[in-house]
Amino acid sequence: METLLAILIDGLVYASWLFIVAAGLTLVYGVMKILNMAHGSLYAIGAYSAASLVGWYFGSGHPPWGSFALFIGGAVIAGMVTGLIIERGVLRRMYGRDEVVMILVTYGVLLILEDVTKLLWGVDAYFAYQPYGMIGRVRFSDLTFAGYDLTLIAVAGLVGFALWYALNRTRQGKLLRAVIHDREISLAMGINVTRIFIVTFIIGSALGALAGGLTAPALSVAPGIGIEIIILAFAVVVIGGLGSVGGAAIGALLVGICRALAVHTYPQFELFIIYGVMAAVLAVRPQGLFVIARARKI
Amino acid sequence: MGSDRTPIFLCAALLLLLVVGLFIPNWLVFLFTISMAKGLVVLGLILLMRTGLVSFGQGLYYCLGGYIVGISGQHWGITDVALVFLLVVLAATLLSSILGLLLCRYREIFFAMLTMAFSMILYGILVKSEKLGSTDGFIIAQATLFGWQPEVEASGTWIFALAVIITLVALLVMHLYFRSPMGFGGEAIRENEIRVEYLGVSPRRLIYIKYVVAAVLAAFGGAITAVAAGHVDPEMAFWATSGEFVFIALLGGTLHVAAPLVGAFLIEIIRTIALDLAPYTWQMILGGSLLLIIFFLPKGLWSLLPKRREEEGL
Repeated sequence: METLLAILIDGLVYASWLFIVAAGLTLVYGVMKILNMAHGSLYAIGAYSAASLVGWYFGSGHPPWGSFALFIGGAVIAGMVTGLIIERGVLRRMYGRDEVVMILVTYGVLLILEDVTKLLWGVDAYFAYQPYGMIGRVRFSDLTFAGYDLTLIAVAGLVGFALWYALNRTRQGKLLRAVIHDREISLAMGINVTRIFIVTFIIGSALGALAGGLTAPALSVAPGIGIEIIILAFAVVVIGGLGSVGGAAIGALLVGICRALAVHTYPQFELFIIYGVMAAVLAVRPQGLFVIARARKI
Repeated sequence: MGSDRTPIFLCAALLLLLVVGLFIPNWLVFLFTISMAKGLVVLGLILLMRTGLVSFGQGLYYCLGGYIVGISGQHWGITDVALVFLLVVLAATLLSSILGLLLCRYREIFFAMLTMAFSMILYGILVKSEKLGSTDGFIIAQATLFGWQPEVEASGTWIFALAVIITLVALLVMHLYFRSPMGFGGEAIRENEIRVEYLGVSPRRLIYIKYVVAAVLAAFGGAITAVAAGHVDPEMAFWATSGEFVFIALLGGTLHVAAPLVGAFLIEIIRTIALDLAPYTWQMILGGSLLLIIFFLPKGLWSLLPKRREEEGL
């Protein structure tokens, strides 16, 4: 019973974090048809910005609760700025190419950003543990969980709700959905597709960086975290169906729970199970679990 | 089509390389060997890319080849290169003919994603298996050939010679293949798959065969790398390794069988220099050149060479 609860909570925490990363990735794919590998770097940039801001903030002795606003805000802003630079500097020149070519383009961007983070922040690990301890711990029967992790679940719920609301209940969201359905017709109807692209990419980047910023207090920030996370995020969006935010949530839950199950029962299957689920979903329903298949066009 | 002089050029170039190999320092011999190993993997990859499919998971077979060499030496006591390489080919054929059944139905990013998922599964298994050294991998037993045990100092040279011979055979076979109806079929699929179907050719069958061939080539590459480096680790199956192969393929382009070899050699030499001079900008150089190639030279460096008219279509 307790193991079950632990699996459930751990799985939820992991899923929330995965969802925030994957939501940005899937949104960008849905609108722009770019499977953005550089999303991993945006995550890393968010994490590094947050870690160094936390280090500076606590080093200069300000009231501790203000750190949350600072490091989360800092990560998001860093992500938005980097996103804007990537979109205007590189992607803009490559629109209209094959989807596979776009993966390679973003792979190039990922490689460049990996070294940029190394040049800016060095190769030593950063620790920003202070905010993690501030929320305290929560007890469930005999188990205790870090309050920070549980807050993460709420944040993921909030992000999911905000995305759903923005896409389904606002004018801008409607424009965005029009572009998702048919880019050319939207253009013909007078929608400023270029602007939609920029805004989408910035939001996607901000989400990636937000996830990075939120995890910075929970683990050590070291080179290579972006490369590790991107493949996990791919697994999540592929399971749920590329381009579907709801699918990303379900994919994240599935991966999160499966991983927690493996960690608590057979830890040697931790990585295997994530990619096993991904391959199984691709094998059975390549378009993702919750996306309706379309007939191929001639 | 005119007289085809490519096989003669290939033989001459690689024999020259073999002779040169006797006079150059050991590190350069090693570098050539690794470039050839990676070139073989990429040769298989361009076979798929000519069909319009990009595999982000060639690391699966690269790693498989390496680990088969390692396991047969350490655990089964088989160090004979001929026998081990036979095992490698068998294993790669077996695995790819199973996975190929599924993969030949996939196109575009789904193909890329599924190949990546398969190679990450192997990575996930290897990282967690302590018997095989988890993330550290393990050392490979000294290789022998038909009962002959070369001296340790000379091992670099004879593995190099072995790599040259395998590469030469692979290049010649693939060159013939590219010019066969089946080889041209790949490009037809890339251009318009449905028309190929209407012509009575099964794209799935073609892709299946190409996938298996690419897998065997990648496994050879992995096996040579393992023998030459004397060590294997799970990084060989990590997606970044597969990404590097895709990078080399784009660098050289898919126009010629020798392009992967040239691309792999360029990468290795630049890496050696860059890691020495500017270790933190090496990936930046890679990424930047990747973008420049996609933007200005979508057909790879090979397209810079002046070409004869009959090769235009290739």
